[in-house]
Amino acid sequence: MSDNAGVEEVKARNKEMIEEVLKAYPEKSARKRAKHLGTHEEGKSDCGVKSNLKTIPGVMTIRGCAYAGSKGVVWGPIKDMVHISHGPVGCGQYSWASRRNYFVGTTGVDAFGTMQFTSDFQENDIVFGADKKLGKLIDEIEVLFPLNKGISIQSECPVGLIGDDIESVSRAKGKQYGKTIVPVRCEGFRGISQSLGHHIANDAIRDWVFDKQTGKPARFESTPYDVTIIGDYNIGGDAWSSRILLEEMGLRVIAQWSGDGTLAELESTPHAKLNLIHCYRSMNYISRHMEEKYGIPWVEYNFFGPTKIVASLRAIAEHFDDKIKEGAERVIAKYQALSDAIVAKYRPRLEGKKVMLFVGGLRPRHVIGAYEDLGMEIVGTGYEFGHNDDYQRTTQYVKDGTLIYDDVTSFEFEKFVEKVKPDLVGSGIKEKYIFQKMGVPFRQMHSWDYSGPYHGYDGFAVFARDMDMAINAPVWRMTKAPF
Amino acid sequence: MAKLRQIAFYGKGGIGKSTTSQNTLAALAEMGQKILIVGCDPKADSTRLILHAKAQNSILSLAAEKGTIEDIELEEVMKYGYQRIRCVESGGPEPGVGCAGRGVITAINFLEENGAYENLDYVSYDVLGDVVCGGFAMPIRENKAQEIYIVMSGEMMAMYAANNISKGILKYANSGGVRLGGLICNERQTDKELELADNMAKKLGSKLIYFVPRDNVVQHAELRRMTVIEYAPDSAQAQHYRNLAEKIHANAGLGTIPTPITMDELEDMLMEHGIIKNIDESLVGKKAAEAAA
Repeated sequence: MSDNAGVEEVKARNKEMIEEVLKAYPEKSARKRAKHLGTHEEGKSDCGVKSNLKTIPGVMTIRGCAYAGSKGVVWGPIKDMVHISHGPVGCGQYSWASRRNYFVGTTGVDAFGTMQFTSDFQENDIVFGADKKLGKLIDEIEVLFPLNKGISIQSECPVGLIGDDIESVSRAKGKQYGKTIVPVRCEGFRGISQSLGHHIANDAIRDWVFDKQTGKPARFESTPYDVTIIGDYNIGGDAWSSRILLEEMGLRVIAQWSGDGTLAELESTPHAKLNLIHCYRSMNYISRHMEEKYGIPWVEYNFFGPTKIVASLRAIAEHFDDKIKEGAERVIAKYQALSDAIVAKYRPRLEGKKVMLFVGGLRPRHVIGAYEDLGMEIVGTGYEFGHNDDYQRTTQYVKDGTLIYDDVTSFEFEKFVEKVKPDLVGSGIKEKYIFQKMGVPFRQMHSWDYSGPYHGYDGFAVFARDMDMAINAPVWRMTKAPF
Repeated sequence: MAKLRQIAFYGKGGIGKSTTSQNTLAALAEMGQKILIVGCDPKADSTRLILHAKAQNSILSLAAEKGTIEDIELEEVMKYGYQRIRCVESGGPEPGVGCAGRGVITAINFLEENGAYENLDYVSYDVLGDVVCGGFAMPIRENKAQEIYIVMSGEMMAMYAANNISKGILKYANSGGVRLGGLICNERQTDKELELADNMAKKLGSKLIYFVPRDNVVQHAELRRMTVIEYAPDSAQAQHYRNLAEKIHANAGLGTIPTPITMDELEDMLMEHGIIKNIDESLVGKKAAEAAA
């Protein structure tokens, strides 16, 4: 009874808070933003907010663009390909190596993930077109970095405006060098967030990588246990701490998409027995395509925190024989002591702490279990570029009365945090210093704040330590914000 | 010296913009006016009658050759022609690549920054037929051409283009102060052409500045890459261009904000003049054979 009263109180507070932030907007903007803000009601099929709509001009949005979704997220981590930022220098320069996708390789020799390649458009390239320049750039790449396995062309806005024919350049140069060259039409003005960039990048893999492999046999001997990791960008080593668990249970990981990934792994993926999807938002498109075209089933999993890891390992094992099912139990048993020790150490320090999240397309729901394993509570969450299917999935994670904010504006986020007074905010670099200056502990949940991995059991240990470090740092007792 | 007059010639492709503008400007130069012609067409043929040659170094082709626009000097792209008329061509990409509109913007910025407009009485922009994007509207934006002269004829599509260009002028008229100087009818010998052109000008809230009759001497001069003013200075046609030049010279500050009309109004006007017959709506879109059946 008292619990119920608590939830009702929270819902009333949320309603009041939302009404208050909406008052700051002009009438039309308020009407639009109202649809993106709400409170999760237990038993509803989604979180009750609209999503994947155009951001209102004038607000400070946290979103990125289609180019960010393709170059930064999907293609960028493919380490043995050179990714050209085709257009003026800024897009490539300011997104250079900022996502922390770890990889094994020798930079400049057989790995290019932390390098910046750009066609550096000048006025002349806009006026006369840059097709020839692109061809020349590819020639230079072939001379300077002959061990590259392929090239992707990531379109910046002007490419779409002047109508450069990057497809024909890709075909001609691909033929000349006998390599995979992929034109990606991810001009930043397309769509309303980075989400369309993910889709376009997925489609480019389908059309320019998969379709060229049609009819070719696998380059390896298949086993019944061949799986792939899809939608893990190996931030701080996430894919590695995931991969070992799958391997220990007896599966063979034939491809990582795309953290520490290679072109050969992309090409091999249609030979998998099961695709394992971590980031559903950015790679569900290609997974659905493989299901339709190659008949490969796919399963979503979650490797944040022991509760979800255990459930995911068992769910994955369900697709295989007893050998794998036993393997899953063996892995769970093996790591039980480790996860118990982590919980024993950190839970007393974190129990009851309230967290507000605002991340991209997966983590606003996926990390909730990890926090709950440490006794923490998620009181608010939202997606930068999630769609309705993300909010549907979120209902399995959030509790009744959780504050939900889609494509939150800087102003709203600040006001909500001021009122809710969480013990921790988890979001991105643009948000970090605002909240730290307000005296609120903060962790970056895109880049893991230069830490990680957070996936798997090993990652959980790092995650727990980082959250404790953020919240219980003595600095918070020594500062007082003057406002 | 009098304030710099910036004018521009617009009109449907093939209507005779470049011929009319060069002849008129040659006549203005005869009157002692110091003139700069800025060709804003990737074909770079807006100044060939003045220079007796095509293919001068265009601003953009030279910039492409040298690397950047900052690397070129004004003297390299500005040529002197008949009566010391200064000529520059923006140039631009081959058809089907790049962005010619951006080229026009780049070229005009270059000219302004490099002092091309100093010590002049007139700057004249010759812009390609259709204002397809923002770049080709550059000359009618703020601090560029104050008066636009639309070259047209009694043909339906020429009037349609004139109306469209008026819409473009209207868009910038309030923010930038550009005005419609008037229409110049370049005779095609269509039915009731003068009457129609005059009426069209009135509908647009403007006036027919001059009716240039058709004369083969224009073609003869053109083949020699010359204006009629230079080729046949005593011809009646040369006198017509001089008359037009006088009218434009006297037209400073007399431009108007155009009042473009709808497609329906345009068709109604043609009907009033008996150019198109009042047709049965049920026949629209029917082939001849179908209509006969």
